[in-house]
Amino acid sequence: MVLARIIGTVVATRKDPRLEGKKLLICRLVDPDGKDEKGYIVAVDTVHAGFREQVLIVQGSSARMAYGCKDTPVDAAIVGIVDQVSQD
Amino acid sequence: MYLGKVIGCVVSSVKNEVLEGKKLLLVRRLPNGPVVVAIDAVGAGAGETVYVCRGREASFAFKPEEVPTEATVVAIVDAIERQ
Repeated sequence: MVLARIIGTVVATRKDPRLEGKKLLICRLVDPDGKDEKGYIVAVDTVHAGFREQVLIVQGSSARMAYGCKDTPVDAAIVGIVDQVSQD
Repeated sequence: MYLGKVIGCVVSSVKNEVLEGKKLLLVRRLPNGPVVVAIDAVGAGAGETVYVCRGREASFAFKPEEVPTEATVVAIVDAIERQ
């Protein structure tokens, strides 16, 4: 899983019927210090995350195991809103 | 699977309900690889060298639960021997 920050939303009218009602968010990857890294991911939101929030994204086929994503064509899902990252 | 070092943890109170009660660890791939967030399946702590399983198989550590994870800490390394 990776850390990311929400930087925008995606609007799609025509889409797979199993994606209907799902929020698609553009997320910029960040390091544990919160600094931007290269690349972005479009992920399905399962936790009602908002703009600029730091989130946890699960990628790959495991994303389908997130609650609400079963049997949907999803390979990136937002599964948590990060409160704090502590490094030792 | 690869070896990693636990360098911290992530706190998240709002999360997908199947992740409730799971510990989220920050793991750096050894020796100097990228940092990923992995779910702990064995009770690993900070500074420990661990064995990380990636991909869909990572969720098999929690069977029969279906946990959405693509990185799981599945073992704590005691010793490494190199020939």
